Amino acid sequence: MTLKASEVKVGDSYEEQVCDNLSRTQIVMYAGTSGDYNPLHSDEIFTKEVAGYPSVFAHGMLSMGMTGRMLTNYVGDGRLTYYGVRFTSQVFPGATLTAKATITEIREENGETIADLEVSTTDEEGVEVIKGKASARLDP
Amino acid sequence: MAVGKFPIEASHVMMFARSIGDANDIYYDEEYAKGTESGAIIAPPTFVQASAQFDPDYFLRPKIGEEWFGSAKGPTGITKKKEGGGGGGGGGLHAEQHYVYHRTPKVGDVLTAEVKPGKSWEKEGRRGGKLMFSETVTEYRDQNGELVVTATGVGVRTERPATSGE
Repeated sequence: MTLKASEVKVGDSYEEQVCDNLSRTQIVMYAGTSGDYNPLHSDEIFTKEVAGYPSVFAHGMLSMGMTGRMLTNYVGDGRLTYYGVRFTSQVFPGATLTAKATITEIREENGETIADLEVSTTDEEGVEVIKGKASARLDP
Repeated sequence: MAVGKFPIEASHVMMFARSIGDANDIYYDEEYAKGTESGAIIAPPTFVQASAQFDPDYFLRPKIGEEWFGSAKGPTGITKKKEGGGGGGGGGLHAEQHYVYHRTPKVGDVLTAEVKPGKSWEKEGRRGGKLMFSETVTEYRDQNGELVVTATGVGVRTERPATSGE
């Protein structure tokens, strides 16, 4: 499924719940696949006693990866030309995240139709944890 | 991170997709992927971050025969504490990440990653005290030397943890 320029307009949006009650184990899975074994994400003792955080927390890149899933489900596979985010708040175990994309512009570039999107992921309390933008190639 | 050889492999893509909770067949099923625009299993948008696995010097992976700063018997495995600064531990936090996709990486590609230093700047934060930002630009090229993804990461070091304990 790929978005078609003829079927979308500025202001259209799509959202998806990308994790429900985030587990420490999923954070460990992400450490294992990404190769980022920073103990801040899996080692509660280090994180509390040495680093001074209330608990381990998710890799920003895990939240970005989960948010990316919402994006590819919306625009289609292999269609992104840009995806960038700021990590605006830390994500702790137990978080339930909802990611949303809104089309802000549809434009032509090098003979292709590109949609620009605003991206926002919020937790169960409405706190924004990711704020970003993306661009994607559309079908005609 | 500089990486001489980052092969995009199907089992790695499968495990990465699981870890971000993405059940899309294009990351798991070669037969399905053959019938799509890309013609092969592709890498999820943030997958190139996993090039850390192929960086021999990546500092956030325990190295064989070396002390690790995470907990063991005590809260840190480092016997002699090195410099104290840069609270938050673990080399700071990730503030921003940007990817420009020149094309979508897919299984069978063998990428290289070259790091170019970026800007650095300081800012006074609300929670973590003085914030020290630094940017790195990583260019991922394929087996033909063609640019595939340009990744720009911004890291931040804080004077004290950005979220305090209860």
